[in-house]
Amino acid sequence: MSDTHIATDHHDHHDEPARGFMRWLTTTNHKDIGTLYLLFALVMFFVGGAMALVIRLELFQPGLQFVNPQFFNSMTTVHALVMIFGGVMPAWVGFANWMIPMMIGAPDMALPRLNNWSFWILPFAFTLLITTFFLPGGAPAGGWTLYPPLVLQTGDALPFAIFAVHFLGASSIAGAINVVATVFNMRAPGMTLMKLPLFVWTWIITAFLLIATMPVLAGAVTMLLTDKFFGTSFFAAAGGGDPVMFQHIFWFFGHPEVYILILPAFGVVSAIIPTFARKPLFGYSSMVYASASIAFLSFIVWAHHMFTVGMPLAGELFFMYTTIMIAVPTGVKIFNWVATMWQGSMTFETPMLFAIAFLVLFTIGGFSGLMLGVTPVDFQYHDTYFVVAHFHYVLVTGAVFSIMAGAYFWLPKWTGHMYDEKLGKLHFWVSVISVNVLFFPQHFLGLAGMPRRIPDYSVQFADWNMVSSIGGFVFGFSQLLFVVVVIKCIRGGVKATDRVWEGAHGLEWTVASPAPYHTFNTPPAPAAIEGGMR
Amino acid sequence: MLSATSLRRGLYGVIPALLLSPSLAYADWALNMTEGVTPYSKEVYGLHMAILGVCTVIGILVFGMILVSIIKFRKSQGAVPATWHHSTAAEIIWTAIPILILVVMAFPATKALVMMEDTAHSAMTIKVTGYQWRWGYDYVEDGIEIFAGLDEASNRARQINSGIDPVSVDNYLLETDNHIVIPSGTKVRILTTAADVIHSWWVPDLGWKRDAIPGFVNESWFEVESGKEGVYRGQCAELCGKDHGFMPIVVEVVTPAAYKEWVADMKARQVASAELTQKTWTAAALQTHGRKVYEANCMSCHQADGQGIPGIFPAMAASQTLNGPLADHVNLIIQGKAGTVMTGFGPLLNDADIAALISYSTQTWGDTARVVQPAEVAELRGARRAVVSAN
Repeated sequence: MSDTHIATDHHDHHDEPARGFMRWLTTTNHKDIGTLYLLFALVMFFVGGAMALVIRLELFQPGLQFVNPQFFNSMTTVHALVMIFGGVMPAWVGFANWMIPMMIGAPDMALPRLNNWSFWILPFAFTLLITTFFLPGGAPAGGWTLYPPLVLQTGDALPFAIFAVHFLGASSIAGAINVVATVFNMRAPGMTLMKLPLFVWTWIITAFLLIATMPVLAGAVTMLLTDKFFGTSFFAAAGGGDPVMFQHIFWFFGHPEVYILILPAFGVVSAIIPTFARKPLFGYSSMVYASASIAFLSFIVWAHHMFTVGMPLAGELFFMYTTIMIAVPTGVKIFNWVATMWQGSMTFETPMLFAIAFLVLFTIGGFSGLMLGVTPVDFQYHDTYFVVAHFHYVLVTGAVFSIMAGAYFWLPKWTGHMYDEKLGKLHFWVSVISVNVLFFPQHFLGLAGMPRRIPDYSVQFADWNMVSSIGGFVFGFSQLLFVVVVIKCIRGGVKATDRVWEGAHGLEWTVASPAPYHTFNTPPAPAAIEGGMR
Repeated sequence: MLSATSLRRGLYGVIPALLLSPSLAYADWALNMTEGVTPYSKEVYGLHMAILGVCTVIGILVFGMILVSIIKFRKSQGAVPATWHHSTAAEIIWTAIPILILVVMAFPATKALVMMEDTAHSAMTIKVTGYQWRWGYDYVEDGIEIFAGLDEASNRARQINSGIDPVSVDNYLLETDNHIVIPSGTKVRILTTAADVIHSWWVPDLGWKRDAIPGFVNESWFEVESGKEGVYRGQCAELCGKDHGFMPIVVEVVTPAAYKEWVADMKARQVASAELTQKTWTAAALQTHGRKVYEANCMSCHQADGQGIPGIFPAMAASQTLNGPLADHVNLIIQGKAGTVMTGFGPLLNDADIAALISYSTQTWGDTARVVQPAEVAELRGARRAVVSAN
């Protein structure tokens, strides 16, 4: 479909982007901002990944060889903060920016200036966080969960880290408000809620989770700040405070945060599997309801992260029951994806390969999640490498793999060129094998009794740690292949058609490739919306 | 920080390790959770295996379906896509069956949890206190106090680039300087708390871990079955700062008769140690003992050379404390420094330890060497107490 401009629109800066750095600094265009978010996330994946490699290097064999324990703890702490707040979350906001307006037939995001601002906060926030490595006392080393009283022993880095978290929260809330405002106000006529692509649905739910929980985190870290510098005792037992209260507040944010990271992944996979199975998504409405149920449950399960703090029996039972209940809507989603593939006509381009790997490996992460949810057994699993294996299965082979899937899926639409399929497949196969070599043995380590967040270990854990480190190095360096694919694809390649994939449906595939700087200045015809539905 | 030399030295270690088969060096590819030695740990192991079994069956079904789809329904095999996209019956089935499985699983899980939380009718109580970075044990009925930290051999080997092969150290990082002793066949109630930050007391063979939280006292229990006497090892499980990885737990389980002997022996040793704090020490004896105390308690932060780590841990050399009044020095050791990692060593060190420590450190790093006797420390400690109680 051609995208003709309305003749009355004569402001030329609306039609053509400015040149050079000012284009990116001042842009209010959803596609530009989406690109900024995605590139920022890519850089942050490598920054956080480098820290992970330091961790795996030190754990390659028993004994301390490379870093002192304090620096090791900084590595685990900042690795997590960078990957969660700098990698996965900005990547999803990048996808939202690029795709949501095109998927709902809107010309741009509802609040373009806020959009610019919410991105440009990020580089400053992370500069603040990363510079703490050069402060007296070093970077935060108390874990990304920032538990007091330990975190209050941080040196000069503490206020910097807390302000960085405040900035990140502000950015996320602004991004979330923008998504909500866009989807509720700017859908093309005829694009009813139950016709929205699932990616849009999962993002709306994510946005509400962000708006509900980021202020809670901001409150918690602000209380840390006043405890440290202004003599309050919110979390200091000696002053009548309660260190466990911090954990309750933190995880009231932290558990929904987990779904903030994974719900958009469900949306991406729900777009990719039907495309390459050439068959409509199975159970669209049950997918929507399952996503909403997962979001609702995410608010009433937080204390399963802290079963060992000594809660009353009734509390432990309540959080066990609600936690294992999450398996039901999550199971529905998995079964629906499998049913979508059943009797389809499948091809296995790179996005589909990543989506299938997501399906299998995320399910493995779900299984270990179910095991962790059973309180009496969690007393053994808690704070061991079993937990490390679990959350890396759901976040790396879950969230990150679906980000990869989505990137390969929409790269042709973004750049106008097909990516190098051979290189993409190579990237997939190296990644999928090495990531399992990296994380699967960590289940064994945890069950055998290795605690997490330790820089050195008893020799009985040496074998699997070495295997895991080897997997880590291969996985880490193989991600450079992805960078090569992206650069090649931006520079040139086979011209992409508008539809790109034979089985693709949805409004974004009705515009040209690359997508013009402005799309849907006039709303799409209702027929196009119906055609996108299937 | 990563320094070039440590990187190089480390690589020299890594490369031969890669070439030599690591399995020959360590030969321990453990896969599964321990069954443990308590009724509760066996319950947990059973539950763990049951859920793992359920997940495996579901996994085989789901992954099997995916595999069949990949093989059968591929375009290159000429598969023609169906158009169906809904089946209420199927959706009801795959919502209902997981609910059923979960309900069935919830029963034994609830039973195990109720059992864990029932600390009634225990025969003895031990209060476990987490410190950065050692454990304090208080046998409430028998009046025995023990502090247990990482043992000397592990502590030396675990220093960065120590040149000591961890494989050559027995129970590397899982050995303590003092063991706690527990009678078998006895229900032992454990109260966990902490003095500084949150720790977590965990011995896998006992089947659980419980956080040790400042300002809280948590209750748990275990009972090692008769016939399962032996040594069981664990570690702190909650990140508690720099040396979180270096505060192991060793529990020696003996028969009730042997336990009684151990209690008598400990009582006798307490008397002997009290005598030590009353006698006058030679300067040389203070030096030797002081060095030991320093290595066990101070070295991990202030470093072997007393230089600390700039910006994190202050140097001993040329410090005001070392060259200032003795009372301030004793005070700092006993009560620590609020808001820093410097914990109060008052409960951990007796008067002889503190006297020896001050003698050793002033001799090594101070402007003037001091020879301090336990009696002087006792006097200052007494004066401190008087001030505290007057307030």
